[in-house]
Amino acid sequence: MINPGLSSLFIFLVFVASLLAVEAKKAFRAVLFMSLAGLLTAVIFVLWKAPDVAMTEAAIGAGFTTFLFLMALNRIRGKEK
Amino acid sequence: MKKVIALLLFLGLLFFLGTGLEQGLKLGDRNTLAGKAGEAYLKRTVNSADPSASPSQVEYGSETDIEENAANTLTAVVVGYRSFDTLGEVTVLFLAATGVMALFFASGKKKRLALAKPNFILSVSSGFLLPLIILFGAYVFTHGHLTPGGGFQGGTIIAAAVLLLYMAGNAYKAPATGLKVLEGFSGAGYLLIGLAGLLLTGFFLNNFLPSGKMGALFSAGVIPVVYILIGLKVSAELSGIVSDYMGED
Amino acid sequence: MGHEWLSLWSFLYGPLSIFLVGLYGLLTQKNLIKMAISINIMDYGVNLFIISLGYVPSAEAPIYTDAVKTYLPVFADPLPQALVLTAIVISVAVTAFILALTIKIHSQYGTTDLTKLGEMEL
Repeated sequence: MINPGLSSLFIFLVFVASLLAVEAKKAFRAVLFMSLAGLLTAVIFVLWKAPDVAMTEAAIGAGFTTFLFLMALNRIRGKEK
Repeated sequence: MKKVIALLLFLGLLFFLGTGLEQGLKLGDRNTLAGKAGEAYLKRTVNSADPSASPSQVEYGSETDIEENAANTLTAVVVGYRSFDTLGEVTVLFLAATGVMALFFASGKKKRLALAKPNFILSVSSGFLLPLIILFGAYVFTHGHLTPGGGFQGGTIIAAAVLLLYMAGNAYKAPATGLKVLEGFSGAGYLLIGLAGLLLTGFFLNNFLPSGKMGALFSAGVIPVVYILIGLKVSAELSGIVSDYMGED
Repeated sequence: MGHEWLSLWSFLYGPLSIFLVGLYGLLTQKNLIKMAISINIMDYGVNLFIISLGYVPSAEAPIYTDAVKTYLPVFADPLPQALVLTAIVISVAVTAFILALTIKIHSQYGTTDLTKLGEMEL
């Protein structure tokens, strides 16, 4: 049984990444840590035998959401200059 | 002091939720499929008289005319058994895309945001990569009933191709009218397939095409058609969101 | 028995604590973008928990292939996976709408800080 050990390790990594995302001072870093947490979540979905959900999470949850956040940050910062 | 209170609250909530949920759930090693709805979905015995009983052998490559004949059971659940749910989901996505468009273009001016000068490697290689990305997206949503993937994943991959075009050059702008027409036609096609099922078999979104052999590309009746329509609709909507976010107000 | 606490952590307490981290962020952050990030993290926790309900030990992914020729009763439960697939797509739609609202609020009032927005005469 390799599965509980490996998935618990990845869950711990997601926990650390989300904690860093919440506690980060700069919004840019918070966005990157959130994206990291999403990618690790996709890895856990593969371990738990849900490949469709893992594809959705990696493409939509980690990729597209990060684009949305970065564009929003870009537009907000462009105004403040 | 605030951090300590937050930590105590965190641990307390974790204790109450965890110990409360731990009793009634069959997690991990204790989990079995016996008696759950998922078992009937996997055996394809939902419409029979006793869904839990019949130990029918489902054989890949030779099985014909069982209900929702898709090799990927998740696709059979998403666009077969619970297709009405997916119709609602697509509606939510459409409403969100409409809301984003209404917020950004209330003023009516439509120019695109000029990025910094694009990288040379990016702008040259986008010409090679673009057809491959679109082909891969189309592959993902046409084979949704056989392999992992489907309309939502493939649609997002095609939207990523549109994003690549935006990143690669400052001249590109997505054709807003074409996207809207594509989105409207595919959404209406989904509803029309549902109404055809209502007309021909008596149930909304029911399967009315021959099921074929499990594992073939042309199998599973109406499921691949619906997933291709969902893929086109999602790609048009997400490309619309991309072009809204890249637009300048 | 040695694996009991590991399996409890990965199937129940880990996803719950990720959800609670998101809740903590939602309650303490004042920046609208960071609140949207916290909502996304709460999403991750709930999705992990729902998928963990469908995991069966030594299961296969619920797809019939050549390797899985005959029916075996060790597939993972496809129903929670279908629900999570729906939830992820809806969460990205909601995030796009929240961020569009945030950008509009910033261009109108010049700030994304909730306390400053509360002090303003709107």
